[in-house]
Amino acid sequence: MSVSFTRKEMLPPLPPPVGERGVVKWARENLFSSPLNIALTVLGVLIVWWLVSASLPWWLNSVWNASSLGECREIVAARAGEGATGACWAMIRERWHQFIFGFYPPSEYWRPVLAFGLLFAALAPVLFSGEKRNLLIVLGSVTVFLAVTLWLAETPVVALVLSLALAVVLVAVSQIAPGKVLWFTLIYPPLCYWLLWGGSIWSPIVAMAGFAVLYAVFRLASPLIGLAPAAGAGVVAAVLWWLYLDVPIASFLQSALPFGIDAINSDRFGGFLLAIVIGVTGISFSLPIGILLALGRQSDMLIVKTLSVGFIEFIRGVPLITLLFTASLLLQYFLPPGTNFDIILRVIILVTFFAAAYLAEVIRGGLAALPRGQYEAADALGLDYWRAQRLIILPQALKISIPSIVSTFIGLFKDTTLVAFVGLMDPLKGVTQIVRADINWKGIYWEPYIFVGAIFFVFCFGMSRYSMYLEQKLKTDHR
Amino acid sequence: MAEASKMQVSDEVAIQIRGMNKWYGQFHVLRDINMTVNRGERIVICGPSGSGKSTLIRCINRLEEHQQGQIIVDGTELTNDLKNIDKVRSEVGMVFQHFNLFPHLTILENCTLAPIWVRKVPKKEAEETAMHFLRKVKIPEQAHKYPGQLSGGQQQRVAIARSLCMRPRIMLFDEPTSALDPEMIKEVLDTMIELAEEGMTMLCVTHEMGFAQAVANRVIFMDQGQIVEQNEPKEFFNNPQSERTKLFLSQILGH
Repeated sequence: MSVSFTRKEMLPPLPPPVGERGVVKWARENLFSSPLNIALTVLGVLIVWWLVSASLPWWLNSVWNASSLGECREIVAARAGEGATGACWAMIRERWHQFIFGFYPPSEYWRPVLAFGLLFAALAPVLFSGEKRNLLIVLGSVTVFLAVTLWLAETPVVALVLSLALAVVLVAVSQIAPGKVLWFTLIYPPLCYWLLWGGSIWSPIVAMAGFAVLYAVFRLASPLIGLAPAAGAGVVAAVLWWLYLDVPIASFLQSALPFGIDAINSDRFGGFLLAIVIGVTGISFSLPIGILLALGRQSDMLIVKTLSVGFIEFIRGVPLITLLFTASLLLQYFLPPGTNFDIILRVIILVTFFAAAYLAEVIRGGLAALPRGQYEAADALGLDYWRAQRLIILPQALKISIPSIVSTFIGLFKDTTLVAFVGLMDPLKGVTQIVRADINWKGIYWEPYIFVGAIFFVFCFGMSRYSMYLEQKLKTDHR
Repeated sequence: MAEASKMQVSDEVAIQIRGMNKWYGQFHVLRDINMTVNRGERIVICGPSGSGKSTLIRCINRLEEHQQGQIIVDGTELTNDLKNIDKVRSEVGMVFQHFNLFPHLTILENCTLAPIWVRKVPKKEAEETAMHFLRKVKIPEQAHKYPGQLSGGQQQRVAIARSLCMRPRIMLFDEPTSALDPEMIKEVLDTMIELAEEGMTMLCVTHEMGFAQAVANRVIFMDQGQIVEQNEPKEFFNNPQSERTKLFLSQILGH
């Protein structure tokens, strides 16, 4: 037999045989591949059938118009016969505003609504940097949302016109110079604070001026004493500003040019307003703190490293509720007498720390996953530590960690319901308890939890989808 | 291929290493290294694995720290002073065995990043320079792709272009062809030969003896952290002096 062989022409690719593609193949492989799998498929179908048949009547008999649980039950009994079950959504219809706003004064509902709409306008340039089409979609939706909801919330005409003008300007700017929308993101935090808590417009402006002081001192001092000492000097100057100059300047400006809106106390906040305020602030501050802690833990500097490790291990080692109790009770003892430190602010700080400690570990995992060659290449090109971190290391480490980072964010957002334990009115326990204490709705059980759970699901699912979009967008390795 | 003798070597000293020692913990990796590299010299360093050759050139841009002796690069001594280290690193280009391109940046961004952030070159100018060097390594058409889309040989040529964009006066090559398929080794070596012909000072750790014979004006053989033998390539290959060198050469040239 000869071993010599020469191919004259190359074979073209062919489609797979008919039995090996499409629905038939999928069902055969996934549902009916063996007797055990056939049995499990049948069992699964039966369980689904049982769940649906048990709960479907309850959903179908839903009542939307009633003034009490008793009335709901009568309507269900009249419609579907004695003994039938039915959901009583009439409670939501009557009490939805408490689930959303807590005890925020109804005449001021437009303020949280406006703050919520603008939140997305502020997030858009961060989430979709430079993508004109996505910015247009988000900012356009914000404009429509504000137009409808502000009108429904009976917003004062001046505020309505100004808000819509702002939204339209943002849409226009996003299409002309997408990068410039970031400026709105910068002014959003004080604006949001002012809208929600009200009071003199000068307090948030003067407080933000502290950051300007920090930056100015840093810029002026850095050529003289180097970057790190200049940053330290800037922080000291800003703290001095906040401690000694902030209040006098703000009250002086307020007396010279009085302008403000009704101040709302923190104890009026509740429901999703509270959950979103704590969640969003916690998320936006925990990420940078977490990054710094992760870098600190890897640092060669002993003190920085020890402090980072100590912070991470301590915060991660105690339950969040312990930290919340610390926020509500113990923190007051450590502060100078007479300082009244807002309870929501205290809770936000500790929730942020808690999430930051988890994020630090998540990001450390991402940093550890990078090959050493990336650090070496950055070094060999002469990039200094901060530039190497910012341009080379962190973009890759954060990308690797996106799923875990978003998990932590979702966890943080859901954990905001734990503030119920320190007497704040979270949507799940706080508001639901108030509703169920009402004589009209006594005994209602599933409906409030389903309602609150559904809203949480929408937010968390949104975050999850965004993280998948981001992973896809940043996927450049083509593996 | 060009002849080594045609290429200019000046008397100016580019790298001076005196009595340099390095330990990893208890392990003495580099032992009493003394060498001088003149501007325009092309040096090939070879030796068995673990002989310290990679560690030696990684000390020259302080990716590794030495514990004793002196390393002076372009008149700047390498000490713990970060300013000096960054200065040396921006003057010395390095090409790695595993390319170490930045996978999240395009080829063009890989090449412009350091000039923009370290040299403060305007973006436009940096891009022009980058395209110039990408044309030189013959892959300008890949400028807007990501490293993951390129073959190994192309990636290594990008890595060379990336180093050249910083306009280095010295180039270090750490086994640049060891991770490549045989078909791609040639394209990378050709790029390096072209660079040598332009008079770049080069230190190259490699086992490509053909390359050594073509462009090197000195071959250094290392074993157990020491320089065992150095000579002109012709003498080195035809008439090795030490037994260790003879054994090494018979093993790598014998197959």
